[in-house]
Amino acid sequence: MSDRDDPTSLWQAARAGSARAFSVPGAVLFGSFVGFGALARASGLELGQSLFMTAFIWALPSQVVLVDQIGSGAGLVASAVAVTLTAIRLLPMTVSVLPVVASRSHSIPLKMLMAHFVAVTVWIETMRRVPDLSRDVRVPYYLGLSFTLVSICMVANALGFSLSGSVGVPVAAALVLLTPLYFLLSMLTAAKASVDWLAVAAGICLGPVFYTYAPGLDLLWTGLVGGTLAFGLSRLRFGRQAKREDAG
Amino acid sequence: MEAWWWPYLFILLAGTLATDIWRYLGVAFSLRLNEQSIVLDWVRAVSTALVAGLVARLIVFPLGALAETSLAIRLGAVAVGLAVFFALRRHMLAGIAAGEAVLLAALYLYP
Repeated sequence: MSDRDDPTSLWQAARAGSARAFSVPGAVLFGSFVGFGALARASGLELGQSLFMTAFIWALPSQVVLVDQIGSGAGLVASAVAVTLTAIRLLPMTVSVLPVVASRSHSIPLKMLMAHFVAVTVWIETMRRVPDLSRDVRVPYYLGLSFTLVSICMVANALGFSLSGSVGVPVAAALVLLTPLYFLLSMLTAAKASVDWLAVAAGICLGPVFYTYAPGLDLLWTGLVGGTLAFGLSRLRFGRQAKREDAG
Repeated sequence: MEAWWWPYLFILLAGTLATDIWRYLGVAFSLRLNEQSIVLDWVRAVSTALVAGLVARLIVFPLGALAETSLAIRLGAVAVGLAVFFALRRHMLAGIAAGEAVLLAALYLYP
């Protein structure tokens, strides 16, 4: 284990990163992209369009929101607003992961390429593994991990897309359920401070309400109202506790 | 009819650009922004609530084949998945497997 995680050449590092993609989080990601493929087909997209999304968006929440917006006939601006709100979370993730992998000497285009791969699974695996590696092999390790995960997920995407048309209702339904189940559990896995738990609870309670009374802008309202509520409550009522947990 | 390339351009603008803009801002700020800042805490809460709202919607008002199942079966599957997840100290794979197993069992037993 330590031998494989302690590569010396750039090529070895890229291969070690690639091998990390075949892990438990990678397996869950595979399953949820099978689910995404099924969801994309259910929403009326073509296979090529869903694969294009996986390669060029590479953020499951953004992709699911976009598929949903296209499926419900939303316009370009409304779709972009809904997607971009979902993607704001990538800013703090990028800010925290980039200094671990890259250094000041790396070029801006290379950093932008690396930033494109920032998503929950890549972030978790990078923060867990990369700090143990020597500085000069971190970039190839990260790129090996990222390219392999994207490739695996494109295979899963195509598989889910083609399976959902030929299997019965129970299996097709199970594939569609994978995405919300994976999102829910990965949010709960990542939850540390009280604000995280409150935000998940508020979003779950408000989501269906806003969808019923304000369809189209429901995700925006759910995020703003639920998130602000959770943030305010954790600052006022659990202020001290939240700060202590943040620091820990 | 719309051109064949229009959906791809739509995806690039409303998907790639709308998503990658935050990653690129992350590149710009990665040396300057304090990750513990209060604004980022709020932003994180908003995005968490937004994704949680999407989760609830995908379960309560589902798409595709999942729409052909009853709300009780879907909620039961998610509840069992959550219970197993927490019982095994937040084991994601076990939670997902349990939820999916309940859904499949219910759909095959009560078609």
